[in-house]
Amino acid sequence: MKVLITENLRIDLEKELWECRHCDAALVSARDNYKRGLLVYDRDPREIHKPLLDPSKYKLTYSPDPQWCRILEYYCPQCGSMIETEYLPPGHPPVRDIDLDIDALKAQWRSRDEVLEAPVGTDPPRRLHDHDHAHGHGHDHGARK
Amino acid sequence: MDDIQPNAEQQALIEKFLDENKLFLAPDPMIMENHRIEPRSAVEEELLGSGRVDAHKINEVRGLIIAALDESHTMIEQMGVAPGAKWGDMTTAIFTAAGDLSMIAPHGVGGFAAAVFYPIKFINKYWVNEPTVGVRDGDGFIHNDARYGGIHNTDQSMMMPVFWKGKLVCWLSATIHEGENGSCEPGGMPAAAESKFDEGLKMPPFRVAENGELKRDLVTFLQNSVRDPKLQLEDMKVRLHSVLRLRERILKVLEEHGEEALIVTLRQHIEDVVEEVHRRIRELPDGTMRTVSFADSTLRESAMLKLTMALTVKGDRMIVDMRGSSPELLNRSINACQASFKTMLFTGFMQNIWPDLPFTMAVFTPFDFIFDKNSLINGSFDTPQAMSLIPLFKTMTIACIPMAKFNYSLPHRYTAIVAPQYDQPASLIYGGLTQHCEYTGNFCADINGMGQGGRSHRDGEHSISPPFAAHCDLGEIELMEEDLPMVRLGAFTMARDRVGFGKHRSGLGYEQIHTYRRSGLWGFMTGCSGSLFSSSQPLFGGYASPAYPMCKIKNINIFDELKKNPGKFSFDMIELMNTQPFEGASYSTHTMGMTFELAAPGELYMMCQGAGGGYGDVLLRDPALVMKDLEENFISDETARDIYKVVFDAATEVVDEEATARRRAEEREARKARGVPFDEFVKTWVTPEPPAHLPYMGCWDDPSEVYGIYAGQRVKMQGPDLTSQFMLNPKDVRIAELEAELATYRQGQAGGK
Ligand SMILES: [Zn+2]
Repeated sequence: MKVLITENLRIDLEKELWECRHCDAALVSARDNYKRGLLVYDRDPREIHKPLLDPSKYKLTYSPDPQWCRILEYYCPQCGSMIETEYLPPGHPPVRDIDLDIDALKAQWRSRDEVLEAPVGTDPPRRLHDHDHAHGHGHDHGARK
Repeated sequence: MDDIQPNAEQQALIEKFLDENKLFLAPDPMIMENHRIEPRSAVEEELLGSGRVDAHKINEVRGLIIAALDESHTMIEQMGVAPGAKWGDMTTAIFTAAGDLSMIAPHGVGGFAAAVFYPIKFINKYWVNEPTVGVRDGDGFIHNDARYGGIHNTDQSMMMPVFWKGKLVCWLSATIHEGENGSCEPGGMPAAAESKFDEGLKMPPFRVAENGELKRDLVTFLQNSVRDPKLQLEDMKVRLHSVLRLRERILKVLEEHGEEALIVTLRQHIEDVVEEVHRRIRELPDGTMRTVSFADSTLRESAMLKLTMALTVKGDRMIVDMRGSSPELLNRSINACQASFKTMLFTGFMQNIWPDLPFTMAVFTPFDFIFDKNSLINGSFDTPQAMSLIPLFKTMTIACIPMAKFNYSLPHRYTAIVAPQYDQPASLIYGGLTQHCEYTGNFCADINGMGQGGRSHRDGEHSISPPFAAHCDLGEIELMEEDLPMVRLGAFTMARDRVGFGKHRSGLGYEQIHTYRRSGLWGFMTGCSGSLFSSSQPLFGGYASPAYPMCKIKNINIFDELKKNPGKFSFDMIELMNTQPFEGASYSTHTMGMTFELAAPGELYMMCQGAGGGYGDVLLRDPALVMKDLEENFISDETARDIYKVVFDAATEVVDEEATARRRAEEREARKARGVPFDEFVKTWVTPEPPAHLPYMGCWDDPSEVYGIYAGQRVKMQGPDLTSQFMLNPKDVRIAELEAELATYRQGQAGGK
């Protein structure tokens, strides 16, 4: 039985291992921090959020300030997929973001069927746009003029 | 004295005396720190415990109540004067007799109603039996101070009891984001407030209407306390009359179905929600998910303010642990009290995680909260909280990431998993004298136009809504221009390349180019962070939003320039800033924390509404979707090539599929080559404390050790013993810098002689 935990990771309950969903690589013990099974790169945020304003003219350019903000990119060591990203100030300890009770997880899935593809669910609610504010909403709000 | 041991009778007498002789009825921690629904009242217990509950009757009565809420809400929307009311920033609601929120209007802003139960509980506890106040049929109570419940003091509520056969059977409310409230800066959200006494009106709940009519003396007092007396009067009337209409409908329900049906419906509704939420928590995996979020501004100076969240699921309970977050700031306005924090966290759950649940604070009854005392999001009574939106906007999206990690494994979903929406109020606040010679101060409806985060199955929506309500609208620029001297030269241009990149990218924000004319006194402010550190965080390997500055073009009157040489103007703010087309103008960028400043007519203030976080690996984005973004001008050629690694012909925009696959495979290899195993990486990356150059507040590694900045010096505190931090005046800091520079210069001169 394998349990999907994120878009990129799953846990093999029998083997108690974190796995990459893209290449099936076994990463690290499911009881451990999954990040310990990954590669990390300290990315200068200006390489991703490139300056849009001329840096020779302005200090603030839409790029995060590299003295304040770094991007930690976590890669699968086998297939190079981006498993997680983390925006942190320089030197900030990476966050132990997922800390599951593996015994409880095993017990919970004893009565469930394996899920191979994550379900979608419905979209968050939103109002259909109606720019002229005249009548003709998809659903009626009452007398709206 | 110490050895006096009062007997039970004497002790009761002492307690009665103390109870009746409170010096000041400050916000009551018993009310303000309890987000849960009350235990059943005797009458509720009798009705619900009797087994006589008729589900069909409840359904019928619920339908009537919701229709009545919708009607009264529509009345506000049609008649309300505040810009907030025009674009949906309001709601009506109904509460149990004990004050628990039961239902809101279907298009209401739930955050408002989810905070109004606090002042209602205050009225129940303190005014009902107070001989000089009392609560009677036809009374209306007003309130705006978030310390007594609320999000911030711009929001004013009208609360009204409903009596039936002499008994109080339920409470009703109407709330509008009014804006102007007489604070030290126009618009009611003063970034410059250094104490709570700079915040303007601070109304604990008090009676302002009797027999369904506003009391003119009190209305006059309130009008006299704000910049916009017309707004104050008109919207007090609007709130009163929408609640009176709601009351009429509820009285009809009571006539037709009886009080038992109403009481049972209101109570059963929230008890069902509590039960359902317990069930939803129980189906999640047990464990702890953690996340951090940083605001990079106090709105007076740049500083890193950390929010840290650990969500723990254990059986059917959820524990929200916020310990280790930034300490409160005694002389900055960005603190929030814990009731406001819980309200906005709840709002975020309703928008992003469980949008199918009925909108009642009962959703959080199964939740436990742990805070440090005196933290930024558990601010004490004395801290200014006028710009609580800085941590609270982050609060609305912060749970998206840990809850996505809890929810992902579920065999079914209540909504699509979504990365955080843009989480700062990127909206211009204005104030001054209008072309109609009236003083005003308020905010633009752009606050309702944040880009959504990427979703598990598709891209995020552009400029969709604020993070606190799915149905608020952006507003009509032309209507705004009729009332105000402001002119929008660029309104809704999508902010190209300012995207949370990912397999499913975020929705984009849009550019705003603001100016004004025909006023002798006008100015602007913004209250927003995220100019140095990316604001909305990504999910599952996507990228965040970029960092957004405020851009200004000053020493210019754009209306003269447009007359002289209209061709020089561009509707693209990036182009205006990079080409600097107007001679003699000054061009500058600033952080988005800008206290109120007067502007000259025709000067340009330019900013962006933000993007959400991206979802998933950029290399997994369908090249066809990348090209569609390019075609629609959401991204540039460089982004398509450098971020998404798509190979295409620039002239024809045809993708070379094979070359793209090769390019992406190369990138995966490059990642493996530059990535370092985690344990090894941590050894060189992690520093024992925040870098010296960073003005940092909050914990670093251990949540029980919290950093602060007291009068310019870094301090380290134990989490349970946080003290308020005190910031230096940024002008004093600047003067000291300049004086030091001057001294160095003078020394150099003296040495040169
Ligand atoms: Zn892999």
